[in-house]
Parts: sequence; structure tokens; C-alpha cells
Amino acid sequence: MGKIMTTGTVKSQEMLSPGIYSMWIQFGREENVAAQAVPGQFISMYSNEGSRLLPRPISICETDGEQGCLRVVYRVAGKGTEEFSKMQPGDSLPILGPLGNGFSLGEGKAILIGGGIGIPPMLELAKQLSRMGSQVQVVLGYRDGDLFLKEEFEPYASVFVSTEDGSSGTKGNVIDAVREHGLTGDGIYSCGPTPMLRGVKAFGEEQGIFTQISLEERMACGIGACLGCVCQSREVDGHSHVRNKRVCKEGPVFEAGEVEL
Amino acid sequence: MNLSVDFAGVRMKNPVTTASGTFGSGAEYGEFVDLNCLGAVTTKGVANKPWPGNPTPRVCETYGGMLNAIGLQNPGIDVFVDRDLPFLQKYDTNVIVNVCGRTEEDYLEVVERLASQEVQMLEINISCPNVEAGGIAFGQDPKMVERITRRIKEKAKQPVIMKLSPNVTDIAEMARAAEAGGADGVSLINTLTGMKIDVHRRAFALANKTGGMSGPAVKPVAVRMVYQVARAVQIPVLGMGGIQTGEDALEFLMAGATMVAVGTANFHNPTATADVIAGIGRFMEEQGVEDVRELIGCVR
Repeated sequence: MGKIMTTGTVKSQEMLSPGIYSMWIQFGREENVAAQAVPGQFISMYSNEGSRLLPRPISICETDGEQGCLRVVYRVAGKGTEEFSKMQPGDSLPILGPLGNGFSLGEGKAILIGGGIGIPPMLELAKQLSRMGSQVQVVLGYRDGDLFLKEEFEPYASVFVSTEDGSSGTKGNVIDAVREHGLTGDGIYSCGPTPMLRGVKAFGEEQGIFTQISLEERMACGIGACLGCVCQSREVDGHSHVRNKRVCKEGPVFEAGEVEL
Repeated sequence: MNLSVDFAGVRMKNPVTTASGTFGSGAEYGEFVDLNCLGAVTTKGVANKPWPGNPTPRVCETYGGMLNAIGLQNPGIDVFVDRDLPFLQKYDTNVIVNVCGRTEEDYLEVVERLASQEVQMLEINISCPNVEAGGIAFGQDPKMVERITRRIKEKAKQPVIMKLSPNVTDIAEMARAAEAGGADGVSLINTLTGMKIDVHRRAFALANKTGGMSGPAVKPVAVRMVYQVARAVQIPVLGMGGIQTGEDALEFLMAGATMVAVGTANFHNPTATADVIAGIGRFMEEQGVEDVRELIGCVR
């Protein structure tokens, strides 16, 4: 069915930690964005305020296709996300999705690595991998001891934590935690800030583990038309025949070796 | 009720096209709007060779608008002719190919390649603010505008629209220069050069530092310029700049544009093009206007 432009209704909203919000969005039966989504995809959330033109690309944290709803966990980074954070159950907003490619789910032992606001998309992925029978290990990188979403991973995965300030888990970054616990696996799935993804990519190469990373970039259209959100690719891309893959279309998930960070 | 117009000898089923660069070659937005219902599709700028464009971030939002500095990333004329053009030709709509270049020869090479293609019109981008060479450099000097228009007209097999920059003192002078060079029409406005600074990071929002501003915030400037140009030249005007609704489009038509283009609004609303067409129709019905051509330039 593909991408759906529709109106979503806020089902619930809560603040998980300062500046981090969780919103469940309900869709109609005919325009069920949630039923189409796979882990690693995102939705475009549009502001109801006419001066804010561009959609905000937000990763999907959880989906419940049968109930027709999905969850986003997002950080307030500007006026658009601030507006979303103030929405109440029953409020509605335009939504386009699901967008992007999503992770390819492999068999065997998985290492999921999420950092900061890159943690939320790991949750649906952990659920689905665990449902497939994979052994799931999750490494979550936080700035401090405010471990949002951590407990929600525990039913599906063994959870390891790193904090920059050392207040919980391994002091340092996600790769420090991976090494401290000697984690191994058949596939790495990762989302987070670019410096972290560089580290994950290097670790995957060093260990010879198939690694997928999810990138973030400023977007305008969200569907591959405007060429705003490109990343540098190793190979010539299929669209413009240069070395620029579109994060919104060919991504946001790339095989780590495919892109230059 | 008649919505069709004649633009430089090409019949358009309605006066609405897309603004170059916002709509790709139609494939992406074709999932949301029926391309058959558009007067024309204006493509993303195409050069003689693939262009990689600028570093990211390439886009940012501003109040009521946005800045972009894509830098004309495009696959070049060969891929365009082999892949994008056949896609568009499947639809019952006119194709306006936007042509960009760094040198006069670049433009001419693309225009010559398109001569044998089933393309209804060419739009020549002499006004992109985001590339160092070419682009805007051709569009800010009336002598250059006239010269490049004349050279393109010698080679072109389709009607030629020159796309004008608003980043000039007197846009009517540029329009007259295009007309003197033999242009069949002019389109305006390209984006206004702007800048945004992220005060928290103490850095430019765009890697390119400056970008082209578009969106509803620029519309009054665009309407004013369309009005000035429409009064200065005899050739038809394709107006654009911040159109989101049928009423926005009607402002441009009443100011003297024969056609309009919908650009940034597509990012905000993927069906914006179809909505604008429907909005024009609704207005005409409500006002008892039989022919859209009655509205063109009706405000003097």
C-alpha cells in the first residue's frame, strides 16, 4: 500500500524525562499507517501552525497494527516538537508515513545499539527480533542516569547501559559497554548521533559483523523529491548518479559500509 | 467553465505547474496526486552532466518559509532523457524541463539534447542563488540575460521561458532583456537569498551559509514582481512564490501571470498542486467566472 497521508489522533502523551516525550497516535481503519510500518521507518509529523511548513521526521518507536496505532518517542528540539509535546489526547495532526526503508531483520544473535534519541526505534526492532526467536542484546547510551525507555526493553532483550557521566552502567560510550561485556553477534543494528555511528561502524568492521546504521538529516519533503537530506555513499547512487543517497528514501537505514560518515 | 490557458503557444489544461526543484521529475509526488490533472510538470533542473550539489544541511525552516541550498544536484541530461522523461511522457500533461548550467555551453548542450525530445517547453534557470558559477551570475546582468537567451533561442526547438531572479534591483529590466533576446516567456520568482543562524550552536543553519528563501513568507514580494514584469513585457509570465491555495494562485493570475507554479507548498501538503487547481475552480464557480483567462491581469 505504501505511504499514507492522513490525520492521526493523539491517543496518549506522557513526558518520559525532561524534554523527552512519548506519544501514541491512533489512525483510522482505512489509513492505518501503523499496519504498514516496519522497524526503523519514520513518519513525517506536520505542525498545525501554518508558519511551520516543514514536516518533522520522527522515528517510529512501537507499532500496534491491529489496533491501528503507533508510538513515537521524541525530543523537544524546537518549536515544532514543542507544539507536539503540548498536544492532548483527542488532538489531531497531519501525518505522512510510513517513510524510509527500515532495518532488514536477520537471524541469529543481534546487537542493538541506540544512543540518545536514537534509542526509541530500537524498541520495536527488539520486539520483532525477539518474536522471531533471535537472541537480542541491547546497548543503550545515555548522557546521565536518566534512563528513559530502558525498562521497556527488558521483556525482549538483555539490556546493557553506558552513561557519559558514569552514573549508571559502563562509564563511557556504547562501544565501551559492548567491549566491557564482550558482546558478540551476527548482526548489529544501530541508531544515534553520527560520532556514535562512526564508532559502531568501526567496531562492526573490526569484528566482521554485518552492521546497519540509521542516519538522521535535515529533511524537507521526506519522500525523495527535494534532495535535501542526502548522505555520502561509497557507490554511485541510483537517483542522481553521483555519490549521494537520500536519507529519507534509500535510508534512513544503511549498511554501514555503504555510507561515509 | 474553462480553466485552460495558452502559454507561448502551448495549451495547458489549467494554469498550474510545479516549481522546479520541489517536485523532482514527478515520480515521488505522483503517489499522492494524479499528474494527469496538472497543466504541466516542471522538472528539477537538469545539467549536461551529473551534479553532486552542496554539503548538508541543505534545508532549514524559517518563519512562514524555508531556506534551501541543494546546489542543483541532478543526474545529468543522459539519465534524465533515458529515465525521467519517459516516466513523465506516460502522463497527459505538458513537460517543462528546467535547464541549468555553469557556462553558456553547458546550457546549450542540454538544450540541443532536448531538441529531439518530446518536451513541450524549456525553462532556463539563470537565477539559482546556490551555485558558485553560472546560475544567478547570468540572471543579474541584463546584457548577459539577453545574450544567453539569444544563444539558447538559436538552438532550442521548444518555447523558452527564462527564469528570473528576484535578487536584482529591477526585475522588469531583466524581463525586458529576456524578451529582447527572444524569450517566449519568463518565470518568476526564483528564491530570495537568505540566511539563518542557529544561535545555540553559534553556526549557520545551512552548510552553504546562504540559501534560497521560499514559501508563503515571500508571496507578497513575488506578486509585486509578477505585476511589474507583466506590465513591462508582452511575453507571458509564469508566476510563483509562496502559493499554497487557489486564492494565492489567483493573486498571481490577477497580477498578470498566465500560469502559476506550486513549489514549497508540496513539502507542507503533498496534494498542494491538485488543491490549488480545485481552489481556482471553486473560486470561479462561486464568482460566476466562465473563463480563467478573464482573470489574467484583471487588476491593474
